[in-house]
Amino acid sequence: MIPLLGIPTQVLFGQLLLGLINGSFYALLSLGLAVIFGLLNVINFAHGVQYMLGAFAAWLLLTNLGIGYWPALVLAPLLVALFGIVLEKLLLSRLYRLDPLYGLLLTFGVALILEGLFRSWYGTSGQPYSPPAMLTGGVNLGFMVLPIYRGWVILASAVICLATWFVIEKTPLGATLRAATENPVLVQAFGINVPRMITLTYAFGVGLAGLAGVLAAPVYQVSPLMGSNLIIVVFAVVVIGGMGSILGAIVTGFALGIFEGLTKVFYPPASNIVVFVIMAVVLLIRPAGLFGRER
Amino acid sequence: MAEPLLHVRGLQGFYGESHVLHGVDLDVFPGETVTLLGRNGAGKTTTLRAIMGILRRRQGTIRMGGVDLMATPPHRVARAGIGYVPEERGIFASLSVAENLTLPPKVAEGGMSLAELHRLFPNLAERASSQGTKLSGGEQQMLAIARVLRTGVRLLLLDEPTEGLAPVIVQRIGELLRTLKAQGMTILLVEQNFRFASTLADRHYLMEDGRVVGEIRREEMAAKMDLLHETLGV
Repeated sequence: MIPLLGIPTQVLFGQLLLGLINGSFYALLSLGLAVIFGLLNVINFAHGVQYMLGAFAAWLLLTNLGIGYWPALVLAPLLVALFGIVLEKLLLSRLYRLDPLYGLLLTFGVALILEGLFRSWYGTSGQPYSPPAMLTGGVNLGFMVLPIYRGWVILASAVICLATWFVIEKTPLGATLRAATENPVLVQAFGINVPRMITLTYAFGVGLAGLAGVLAAPVYQVSPLMGSNLIIVVFAVVVIGGMGSILGAIVTGFALGIFEGLTKVFYPPASNIVVFVIMAVVLLIRPAGLFGRER
Repeated sequence: MAEPLLHVRGLQGFYGESHVLHGVDLDVFPGETVTLLGRNGAGKTTTLRAIMGILRRRQGTIRMGGVDLMATPPHRVARAGIGYVPEERGIFASLSVAENLTLPPKVAEGGMSLAELHRLFPNLAERASSQGTKLSGGEQQMLAIARVLRTGVRLLLLDEPTEGLAPVIVQRIGELLRTLKAQGMTILLVEQNFRFASTLADRHYLMEDGRVVGEIRREEMAAKMDLLHETLGV
């Protein structure tokens, strides 16, 4: 192997891959957060828990009903989205007239309760979840061995992110969503059922978190704490990308994952804080985030 | 005379604690162009917002083509056949001109096709892919009117369509409204520009302090000039 800047390429690409994997989850989660924040003006602190719920839903489907990975990839996000609909209809929708802080507090409280419940039911040690047989093993790319499941996660995440971006930016449905984000009162006056749209948008964002959870189950352990470990970084990603910016969430998510990976190669002690250092710098230079517009 | 298309009786409206509409009575008959005239703060815009259900704290009667709008949720008001062109035009910055134009869903058959709209507003076709708010003020006003003409509404609520526009554009909007009227469109127009309104309207309602204080038909205009001057302070 040829060393690059004194680093064996094997190590470099290994960390880059790890960074891309993390970046895939950052992107999926911050995308959901951005969509929700854009229309609802709610900072969804339950996002990490909803990601955890997706992983647990897949694991429970498998252990209790024998339902495997592929059906779970569809079912688990739907279940989490359904939970989102109930949460929005029952609680969140009552808070829209109040300061956005109330939405944050509510979702934070829901997150704490659910995380506590799952901790007391399943402990913190984490449950293993195997990738489907089709996606086990690895391919030798010449410069490194790529585990197939990890490649699948990156591909799936990129496709989902691009599809979401396309729907929001390029279709009539997305145009209605953008318009409602800008001026919900007028969109409603044109005859569009904005409250229902808000519910479905929340369900979609939450469902994305659930989907990320299922994708993550074979990579990380299925644990009640898997969400809270990730969500703080994801919030930093959203702030760096610009609150509510779709493209910002996707690009920043992947980019920061890679950045983190590279930091692990070149200066490991900084790898846990590099995201927050970048956040601080971005906030100093562009308070609205890299892709954000001043409100 | 026929049944009014829009029928408003005893309309009260509130913004928070303040009582801003004190029993507005007005009727708009099919095919008519009617204006609401009055000084700033007389309650003209609020009346339109109450009709649309944007102002939620309201009492009284609002009926549109037989539909009770007081009992209609805000997202269903448009389906009674009302197209709303708000003050400040409400063009969406995050949407292109074409997306702005096709945003409002159709509420009935008989709206203009995109081809007709593009014939009527050639600028909107040329600049279809521009950002909505990159248009000039006059073009934005045309876009705000055009997008509700596509939906098949029977009644237009226009809130100060000439505000801040150059005289030549005001003239074009006047021509447009006359064309629409000739095609049978019913129009309720809020205007500060009396000279503009007087060339278009069949009737004028004078508003003051949240109520209608007078009505002037086109043919009575000369005789009631004093009332007009007193109310508008012109």
